[in-house]
Amino acid sequence: MGESGLVRLKAIERVYRTGRVEVRALRGVDLEVARGEFVAIMGPSGSGKSTLMNILGCLDQPTAGNYHLDGQDVARMRKGELARIRNRILGFVFQAFHLLPRTSAQENVELPLLYRDEELSWKDIHSRARAALEKVGLGERLDHTPNELSGGQKQRVAIARALVTEPRVLLADEPTGNLDSRTTLEIIDLIQGLHRQGLTILMVTHEPDIARYAQRTITLRDGLMASDVRHTPLDARQALDDWTEARQDMTPTEVVAP
Amino acid sequence: MKWSAVPYSALRALRRNLMRTLLTALGIIIGVGAVITMVGLGQGASAEVKEQVNRLGQNVVLIFPGERQLGGVSIGGGSANTLTAEDARALREEIPEVIASSPEVRSTRVVVYGNRNWATRVYGQSHDYLQIRNWGVESGEMFTEEHVAEAALVAVVGQTIVEELFEGSDPIGETIRVRGLPLEIIGVLERKGMSLMGSVQDDIVIVPYTTAFQRISGRTHAMVINVQVFDEESMEIARVKIADLLRERHRLAPYQEDDFTIQTQEEVAQMATETSRVMTWLLASIAGISLFVGGIGIMNVMLVSVTERTREVGLRLAVGARGPDVLLQFLIEAVILCLLGGIGGIVVGLLGTEIIASIAGWPALFSAEAMIIAVTVSAAVGLFFGFYPAWKASRLDPIVALRRE
Ligand SMILES: Nc1ncnc2c1ncn2[C@@H]1O[C@H](COP(=O)(O)OP(=O)(O)OP(=O)(O)O)[C@@H](O)[C@H]1O
Ligand SMILES: [Mg+2]
Repeated sequence: MGESGLVRLKAIERVYRTGRVEVRALRGVDLEVARGEFVAIMGPSGSGKSTLMNILGCLDQPTAGNYHLDGQDVARMRKGELARIRNRILGFVFQAFHLLPRTSAQENVELPLLYRDEELSWKDIHSRARAALEKVGLGERLDHTPNELSGGQKQRVAIARALVTEPRVLLADEPTGNLDSRTTLEIIDLIQGLHRQGLTILMVTHEPDIARYAQRTITLRDGLMASDVRHTPLDARQALDDWTEARQDMTPTEVVAP
Repeated sequence: MKWSAVPYSALRALRRNLMRTLLTALGIIIGVGAVITMVGLGQGASAEVKEQVNRLGQNVVLIFPGERQLGGVSIGGGSANTLTAEDARALREEIPEVIASSPEVRSTRVVVYGNRNWATRVYGQSHDYLQIRNWGVESGEMFTEEHVAEAALVAVVGQTIVEELFEGSDPIGETIRVRGLPLEIIGVLERKGMSLMGSVQDDIVIVPYTTAFQRISGRTHAMVINVQVFDEESMEIARVKIADLLRERHRLAPYQEDDFTIQTQEEVAQMATETSRVMTWLLASIAGISLFVGGIGIMNVMLVSVTERTREVGLRLAVGARGPDVLLQFLIEAVILCLLGGIGGIVVGLLGTEIIASIAGWPALFSAEAMIIAVTVSAAVGLFFGFYPAWKASRLDPIVALRRE
């Protein structure tokens, strides 16, 4: 790793000031993530996971510390440059999806492409968005608006939106927080697929079961890094197949039972 | 960023929030439409008043019998018998500034043609009355000085008479009867419309005053003398000379008050203008209130969606938009909305003015100033409330904007 780290945080602090109260959400976090890693970030509620994620995603600036992303010193960047980083290098997936209401999946996914520095033709924009939606398995739902989609489908649209710019790093803050366990597995399967294709992924979750699908788990506690463990990831595809089998085993028995 | 996406996104946003778009546009349409209609009507009414004052004739002086009454007005007087036809002739012949003078008697009489009856006002006038009133004949001719001298049984009739008694066909040469007196129609007057007092001026029969005085109205004295003065500069001198001549003719001692009242067209015009000015202000205030209410409507509709807008801005920032990119989109969105509303309001306002003016019989006047003011005000409101939340949101960190509830 060392210099080759795609993400390098050093002594990151983040202090929120609300009125006279100061909340030290991060109190000196060091983190290096290499290209192609799949990292889960865990920790109890209020430990600073989202705060860290927002800083990683350049949606928020650290109060102190250094942040190098792909060799660039993003902690020192101005707003305009950060917008460029968010657009070109990062893809962000939120727990609450954050899709534009009353807007088709296709147009939601096209959104980041509209803000690229170099202009793409409309034809290019449309075809890239379509390709991204096909990649997440929603090739049939291009014209659906968010309220015509299930939670899992919404998150797929959001993932397609994060992928459409071909980012280096995918950041996901509790991407499955609003989903049931079956849909969660499907989304994790999708993310694992992206990881296999070489994408670097950082994902916040507070469920240890889900963290086990990553290669490495970082645990935060009170704004500090409490542990950093590497492990062999579980396979979500396998888990899905087991699930389907279990249901098939069950169903006939129930039906046949007199 | 992709510039063609800016107007595109703006239009999409307007369509996405169709209800908000329509309500906002409606607010602008109501405000602009009301202002244009009200101001247009007010100005149309004033113009109509001016026009009518002009139609009274140029440099006209009216002389009423009886002394000046409190407030100075005694239109429709004629209570006193102090003015004679000879007074009128003397004014024309002895005062150089007076170029026309007509002693007037009015009476409402039933006019008969064949088996048709019509109650109308019969005026006795001199041959130069139409000149004073700046009125023309549409066909035939006005009666002449000779007709007046020999008290000829001739009449000039207004358009209403042609419609009511002759069903619009040419009445020249036909004979109508008034109190059994046969009158040959020798002329038809041009259409004149409503008077300042709201009466239909075309409902009229004019005959030589010599014919009218005794035989139709049963009067010996004029109810008004209509006088025309040579030009505007001569008005004041003429006024003094008229007063002197009449006092002399009426043998008034210096200690006696005038037994007549002189009123210039100017004075009539002033009264009328004052009235129409009050009305214009009244209409303008109604318009102002509509604009205000429309503005509040726009504001409300815009503010309701602030949270949604803030989140949208947050999201756009999060996926890589710069603050100015997002602002431009919202600005264009607000501009399009205001343009649509403004154009709609102008169309509604023009139609409204046209319709009401045609019902009221006024000219439809369009005030460019009112249009500019109305569109500016509602556009400013729309722009401010459409743009301000976006501007505020664009200055937030994307994550703060996204989390806004
Ligand atoms: N905008 C903010 N203003 C003030 N304090 C904040 C803000 N955001 C977070 N905090 C505080 O910072 C601390 C860390 O919050 P953070 O959202 O990062 O926790 P988290 O680990 O994501 O928790 P959860 O699992 O509940 O999402 C908390 O104490 C929280 O109250
Ligand atoms: Mg969180």
